[in-house]
Amino acid sequence: MVAIRPKIIVNYAENATMVVFTDEKILEDKDIKALQESIMSVIEQARGIKLILDFCNVRYLSSAVLGLLIRISKKVYEQDGRLKLCNINPKIYEIFKITRLTKVFDIYDNSQSAIDSLSAGQ
Amino acid sequence: MSSKTSITRTVIVESKPGAITKAFEWILSKLQAGNFSAEDVFAVRMALSEAFLNAISHGNKMDPDKEIKIDYSVSEDKVGISMTDQGEGFNPQKVPDPRCDENLYKTRGRGLLLMRSYMDVVEFNELGNSVHMVRYKNSARSAANSKDSNEQQGRSGV
Repeated sequence: MVAIRPKIIVNYAENATMVVFTDEKILEDKDIKALQESIMSVIEQARGIKLILDFCNVRYLSSAVLGLLIRISKKVYEQDGRLKLCNINPKIYEIFKITRLTKVFDIYDNSQSAIDSLSAGQ
Repeated sequence: MSSKTSITRTVIVESKPGAITKAFEWILSKLQAGNFSAEDVFAVRMALSEAFLNAISHGNKMDPDKEIKIDYSVSEDKVGISMTDQGEGFNPQKVPDPRCDENLYKTRGRGLLLMRSYMDVVEFNELGNSVHMVRYKNSARSAANSKDSNEQQGRSGV
């Protein structure tokens, strides 16, 4: 039997739900679809979720992942939740800058900063 | 290897996301062996991924019977990649700028912008079903100058 490695790890810290991406590369459509299913499932379980997406393991991602993040954001805010991104390495952050998505997402250097901002009601 | 020697290859792959992996890894290994910077390797990986995904989904419409031809060359000072799909083509000048406020929350349409941001040259044939990209070794191309470069190229889109 082949072990299936989860694409996300879900942790809970203070009032926040932390989703950590486990893959170094998020490029292919099938992986993005799997991530969408997993993360939307987490969001749907908690109205008003304070969600943090942690990119500490991610070294490469495609523009399709940016589309997924926008869908996630819409879902979270439809349910009166909040969304923060954290631990994005400089090369990946550059992708957000190029596409101007730094204006759309709240991005923090580390998970604690993201947690603190959620605790402060931001 | 003389300073003007380049290694050129052509491969034809099916319209599946994983089909480009071998060509991908070959190109990236040649860049690393040729002392291209980590930034160059990242940039080429990004542009290749986006171009290939565009060719599969927009060009060949995910048709498994359609193929994509990839010509790639690595020389001492640059890497060149041409990718041709079997689709009807498109007009790259008409692609909306995803950075505009009205497009910022759209879930698609950023691939071409990323290709142009990471490669020094991005050119399409007249039909629009073939793209040629070049990245020069240790290119200074970055997010900081990508907007200026797009304006210099006179593009109305991205």
